[in-house]
Amino acid sequence: MMGKRVIFKEKGLPYLLIAPEVILVMAFFIFPAAQALLQSVFREDAFGITRVFVGLENFQRVLSEPLYVRAIWTTLGFALCVAASTMAIALFLSALSTGIGKRAIVYRTVIIAPYAVAPLVAGVMWFFLFSPSVGLISYGLRMVGIRWNHTIIPGQAFFLVVLAASWQRIAYNFLFYLGGMQSIPDSLIESAAIDGASPAVRFWKITFPLLSPTTFFLVIMNFIYTFFETFPVIHQLTQGGPSNATATMVYRIYRDGFRGLDFGGSAAQSVILMAFVVTVVALQFRFAERKVVY
Amino acid sequence: MIRKLLFVGVCLAGVAAMAFAGGAREEARPDYPMELEMWIGLGGDLGQRIEEMAADFNSSQDKYIINVVEQGDYEEAMTSAIAAYRAGNQPHILQVYEVGTGTFMGSRQVIKPVYELMAEAGMPMNKADYLSQVTSYYSDLEGNMLSFPFNSSTPIFYYNVEAFREAGLDPHDPPSTWPEVAEAAKKLMATGNYSAGFTFQWPSWTQMENFSAWHNLPLGTKANGMLGWDSELVFNDEVRVRHLQQLADWQKEGVFQYGGRRGDATPLFTSGDVPMYIASSAAYAGIARTADFEFSAGFLPYWPDVAGAPQNSIIGGGSLWVMGGHSDAEYRGIAEFFAYLSSAEVQAEWHQFSGYLPVTYAAWELSREQGFYDKIPIHNTAIAQITLNPPTDHSRGLRFGMFPQIRNVILDGMEAALTGEMTAQRALDQAVSRGNALLREFERTIQ
Repeated sequence: MMGKRVIFKEKGLPYLLIAPEVILVMAFFIFPAAQALLQSVFREDAFGITRVFVGLENFQRVLSEPLYVRAIWTTLGFALCVAASTMAIALFLSALSTGIGKRAIVYRTVIIAPYAVAPLVAGVMWFFLFSPSVGLISYGLRMVGIRWNHTIIPGQAFFLVVLAASWQRIAYNFLFYLGGMQSIPDSLIESAAIDGASPAVRFWKITFPLLSPTTFFLVIMNFIYTFFETFPVIHQLTQGGPSNATATMVYRIYRDGFRGLDFGGSAAQSVILMAFVVTVVALQFRFAERKVVY
Repeated sequence: MIRKLLFVGVCLAGVAAMAFAGGAREEARPDYPMELEMWIGLGGDLGQRIEEMAADFNSSQDKYIINVVEQGDYEEAMTSAIAAYRAGNQPHILQVYEVGTGTFMGSRQVIKPVYELMAEAGMPMNKADYLSQVTSYYSDLEGNMLSFPFNSSTPIFYYNVEAFREAGLDPHDPPSTWPEVAEAAKKLMATGNYSAGFTFQWPSWTQMENFSAWHNLPLGTKANGMLGWDSELVFNDEVRVRHLQQLADWQKEGVFQYGGRRGDATPLFTSGDVPMYIASSAAYAGIARTADFEFSAGFLPYWPDVAGAPQNSIIGGGSLWVMGGHSDAEYRGIAEFFAYLSSAEVQAEWHQFSGYLPVTYAAWELSREQGFYDKIPIHNTAIAQITLNPPTDHSRGLRFGMFPQIRNVILDGMEAALTGEMTAQRALDQAVSRGNALLREFERTIQ
């Protein structure tokens, strides 16, 4: 209320200027979300010929299915694994890349490069590397006595999708951590060094706490990433299998809706996913943000 | 200034809207040559060959032009066509995989039955000309074809002839029962050259759907859904449970290696790693191209203690559906295209190129005269297998609503048993009850 307020004399201009944004949000968010909400209370055949209002029956049907409940846990486990591994690796790499002089530019470019690869292409690459029949890595593993077949061993399939989803995401995390580290004043680190603090102590006592806003931001972004954007990787590598070990909530929406043509159940799932993501992020803000030092 | 900007904006929007509406209205005039859209779910060599067939038809007359559009895989083609139908601009012809059959038959107003289309065009189909084992999958109870069985295949038992020789097995007498398969696998494994004895592709299709038909066992009641949408799945009986449990045990012993839900297992066979492979007869061309060893194929193995076995195998692949909502003139053109596709020459050429089963007796006969089966006996094996016995209620075909999902449910069950997550009995019990829930859901949506 105390801030500077700019008053436009013309009433039309502000509306015109925000119009593109409003139109985009309406077209790509509000409208589809409203459609999903509407569809989730109807039962419909594949061709849309009959459409019957069924209230919350679709939700009840989805939530009473044990495999759907399992998909919720799979999604959470997947998000935790991806967030933890990408952030740990990205933090480690960005700590290493500060203070190595001119070579840093090469090093950083190499780390960031995977981010430019389309997720589906990355999926194809991992698919070939780990293919049980023709994969280079699976061949190597067989040489050292590990039987690799992610098409039937659930743990291996889960590991593979975590690996493929994390690989690309490290670049994104790396960029933010690097930016965060570069904004920490050198004077703080230097005075600690003069006081005799070792590099490890300097990192954990100064750098890491000062990066807490970045860490918090990245936790949320990584969760949202695994909830929604890991679809191509899963689709390419495992199609949710074996025995549903990698069927996340977003993959189930696709499989039931677009492949199974169960539009009502799929819409109910997307509403549940929306509520789930809002809940998880709200919990993170409620409990984790307290520990953040801005 | 702002007014001017707004005015320009409104004008532009108006022009865009008019252009849009104009574009949508354009095609309503019946005019020759008439363009007909055909969406297919095949790519690569096969997709290209279909485009060539359409081009040949287009140049054989000047009234109709068939435009072939590749829509990704079968599932994607079907999903796109359904979305297009809902938006009111569906294609004229759509290639649908066999599991989508129930979805289309459940919504009769969406489709134009092929027998009706041909009759109205004055080119009625003579049922006796067609291989009933192929057409029954896509026919109603009176034997009227609802869709055109364009590309059908059936699973057969491929084996590596050189591996058989090396292991001291007779390459002219492949194992015909499952105990013999296990015995052969163990002999092959003893040479130390293979990572497993056998593998298969499309597990639900080869090890559940065809396994059931081959042993004359119902997958579901009501003749596998052909007699009504109130069919119940019943594949959790002793024979199916025992077979799945046996596969899981064989996997532990290394006799069998799982190769994924789709056709992904082919490289296991073609790399020489696994010497026996149950796969589609249409996989022949791909295997022949990549395998650098001699191979052959026999009938699917069966359990000798099951009374009804071997019965006959069932088909998979795609058929061409004609979508509803088009004009009589357009249907006339589609009928002419189908008549062209049914001719013995075109059929025989397609059959010999692709390895899909011939649809008509004339095409089968012509291929025999041309010496095709002397050159590649495997194709005769596939035809002999589907025509081994007159089909029963359990081996005519499958017609379940939501079958794409039910197939996933079956695969979930098979994988749960193969990963050792649960016993075969529990896995199939669970699959049956989940599948039945889907059937009941489908029954309600089509009412």
